[in-house]
Amino acid sequence: MCDTCGCGQGKATILKPGEENSKNHGKTTHTHDGETHTHDHSHSHDHSHPRKVKIEQDVLGKNNLLAERNRGFFQAKNILALNLVSSPGSGKTSLLERTIKEKGKELTFFIIEGDQQTMNDANRIAKVGAPVVQVNTGEGCHLDADMVNRAVQRLEVADKAVLMIENVGNLVCPAMFDLGESSRVVIISTTEGEDKPLKYPYMFRSSNLCIINKTDLLPYLDFDVEKAREYALQINPDLKIIELSVKSGEGMDQWYDWLKQEMKD
Amino acid sequence: MHEFSIAVNIVEIATDYAGRENAKVVKEIEIEVGELSGVVVDALEFCMEAAVKDSILEGAETSISFVPGKARCNACSHEFEVHDFLTVCPSCNTPAPEVIEGRELRVKSLLVE
Ligand SMILES: Nc1nc2c(ncn2[C@@H]2O[C@H](COP(=O)(O)OP(=O)(O)OP(=O)(O)O)[C@@H](O)[C@H]2O)c(=O)[nH]1
Ligand SMILES: [Mg+2]
Ligand SMILES: [Zn+2]
Ligand SMILES: [Zn+2]
Ligand SMILES: [Zn+2]
Ligand SMILES: [Zn+2]
Repeated sequence: MCDTCGCGQGKATILKPGEENSKNHGKTTHTHDGETHTHDHSHSHDHSHPRKVKIEQDVLGKNNLLAERNRGFFQAKNILALNLVSSPGSGKTSLLERTIKEKGKELTFFIIEGDQQTMNDANRIAKVGAPVVQVNTGEGCHLDADMVNRAVQRLEVADKAVLMIENVGNLVCPAMFDLGESSRVVIISTTEGEDKPLKYPYMFRSSNLCIINKTDLLPYLDFDVEKAREYALQINPDLKIIELSVKSGEGMDQWYDWLKQEMKD
Repeated sequence: MHEFSIAVNIVEIATDYAGRENAKVVKEIEIEVGELSGVVVDALEFCMEAAVKDSILEGAETSISFVPGKARCNACSHEFEVHDFLTVCPSCNTPAPEVIEGRELRVKSLLVE
């Protein structure tokens, strides 16, 4: 990784709709002093004796610390922060669009969109009238607490707002990166296999709510809702499960009830 | 491949400590990976090779120790081995035991000079 200019793996860009991605200077050559030295062992200095340095540091310790800082900030401002995770295409952005359209008068929404590339999802959210920033993670396949921290600063999230963080579509590593959210919402859709909870146990284990979306398609599919529920509860007996269709609107009320309950807690 | 971002984090931590120790070379890095940490040891080893490029860890030996999963039953306190999140207590059948070992994902030490 590049400490000099901060480019390369792990550095995300954070943009509002309409902003040019002008600082995208790519990953071409530039010299890095400091960390990078070539050490060819042809030198003649006296070697000091190797010594062991005890570290005992959690690999995710830095992220966890930043996440706790985010959490403290959200709590102080009474912000409900939700981390929405799923496989690609389960309907996260659609859920947000409909929720903003239907509840935008009662609740104040702020949205962070995480994708590897494109402003598409942020543009969709901007169209329905909620403040949004897009985090493009580039090669990174998940959001981390630092990206959320920077995105929140750009958004200037209001007190008592609902902050929806749409994570990168991926059920693997977003499970490991705490963002400081109040609750984690995992979404699966009926076009996926009902064994998703068994295949991605870390995500279902660490989530508070599971939404089963696209129930309007159930008549045409072999998806077994009861099995999906059973598997999810086997992994996490405390998981709350809501079935809904963002398209038809069926079951959306249960989601709104859950949101209101979370706002109270 | 989330092991890559984990490897990048490991390199960052090691670079930071090596700098504080004024180390010129890192000869070995010791990492601890739990069975239920969500990280696959082989994949991490593979990603470390790429992640150490151009860092002070380039050329260092990566030694990964594996911590087996262990859980405690919430109902009867029985402690037993676990390899996944589906195992029920072998003594009373209660599901979802508390994982007490095997979540480790830690940089343990560096051998520097
Ligand atoms: N039939 C049906 N289609 C839906 C429903 N919800 C979303 N979709 C469709 O599913 C597709 C993906 O929806 P998105 O909202 O973009 O999904 P996403 O999870 O945000 O996708 P990524 O951000 O790419 O991971 C779109 O074509 C939606 O119209 C639903 O309830 N029923
Ligand atoms: Mg989306
Ligand atoms: Zn650079
Ligand atoms: Zn030397
Ligand atoms: Zn990732
Ligand atoms: Zn028991």
